Amino acid sequence: MSDEFKIEIVNPEKSFLSKEDVSEVVVPAFEGEMGILKDHISIISFLKPGIITIQSKSGDEKYYVEDGIIEFKNNTLSILTSYILNLKDIERDKLQELLKNAEEESNKPEISDQLKYLADQKVETLKSIN
Amino acid sequence: MASLDDLKKRITSVKSTQKITKAMKMVAASKLKRAQESAEKGRPYSEKMNNIILNLSSGISDKETAPKLLSGTGKEQVHLCVVLTSDRGLCGGFNANIIKKAKSYFAKLNKEGKKLKIITVGSKGNDQLKRVYGNKIIENISFKKSKNANYFDAEKVGKIIIEKFEKEEFDICTIFYNQFKNVITQIPQAQQIIPLNTKNDNQDNSEDNYEFEPDEDEILDNLLPKNISTQIFKAMLENSASEQGARMSAMDNATRNAGEMVDKLTIKYNRSRQAAITKELIEIISGAESL
Repeated sequence: MSDEFKIEIVNPEKSFLSKEDVSEVVVPAFEGEMGILKDHISIISFLKPGIITIQSKSGDEKYYVEDGIIEFKNNTLSILTSYILNLKDIERDKLQELLKNAEEESNKPEISDQLKYLADQKVETLKSIN
Repeated sequence: MASLDDLKKRITSVKSTQKITKAMKMVAASKLKRAQESAEKGRPYSEKMNNIILNLSSGISDKETAPKLLSGTGKEQVHLCVVLTSDRGLCGGFNANIIKKAKSYFAKLNKEGKKLKIITVGSKGNDQLKRVYGNKIIENISFKKSKNANYFDAEKVGKIIIEKFEKEEFDICTIFYNQFKNVITQIPQAQQIIPLNTKNDNQDNSEDNYEFEPDEDEILDNLLPKNISTQIFKAMLENSASEQGARMSAMDNATRNAGEMVDKLTIKYNRSRQAAITKELIEIISGAESL
């Protein structure tokens, strides 16, 4: 009995990634990191900025996301996100730029608590990639 | 009768017009391919989004506490219509079709005594609507600078709509756009996005007991604004594919018409040239005979 399930990542422009042989996915859910294995209960949640880790036969893959919604149902994990990057081909300059933007955002005085939290998360994640 | 010179000039001018329309057709064809691709690639996102929302909303038992974006304000007095058109012309009936659809909807609203507010996206729609409905247009958004439809533009429009909704400036929001069916057919669509139409019964959302983290309301609060941007983005993608398709067939027709015109003018030119030659010959011959 295999313990693999299907993952689909889509962003508004295209279907970003589709894999059939995933054994575990760790997503940065809003209330903390969440690991998903096969036969997980149906769940809907949304993401905060962070790293998605996908484990499959072909090795681990890591992606940086800024936001998104996940739905797990019938052993299919769908991730909808508006901004996603593969950590492998992310460039240093791009990373610095994202970090700068995130820092600026989090230092804005008139920002709401929730947005501030999200921006801080972003900064933290980006720093950890560095 | 036009002189030979005039005819020649007309032929050249029609020919150069033909060259332009031909080039435009080619450009549209290559753009169409890209636009069509991105429209198709964009579909899974909006479909999935829609599905999740349907699942979520079926899980909500208490309609009273449901977010306003889903359940509406409970009134239907003020309508906001978002008309998405292109920024460029020369694309056949593309813009006219959307406007026609929108105008008939406006007329219906007027008859029912509802209040109307309009946001136009794209300058062509604004140009056509401001003559009749100028005082109703509250905002005109144009993305002339961005080459292709992108999500950030859609998000901007979405934010404006949500802002206005939160200020209770309208009760119902409908978007107008052209759905891309194929190169020659584009179907003008009116889609209601606020409150969301969740009466989609062909889904078997019977016993999907979802776990929510955090709770439903919070997810919905977060999801619904995103959904609006997504729907607008979908509309923009469909629109850009439709625009290129419409332009391609319009320019194809124009090229063909120009070709016909050149043929006709050439025949006319040849005939009058021949007539002039014959006339000259007759003059010479009759001159020689009289000697």
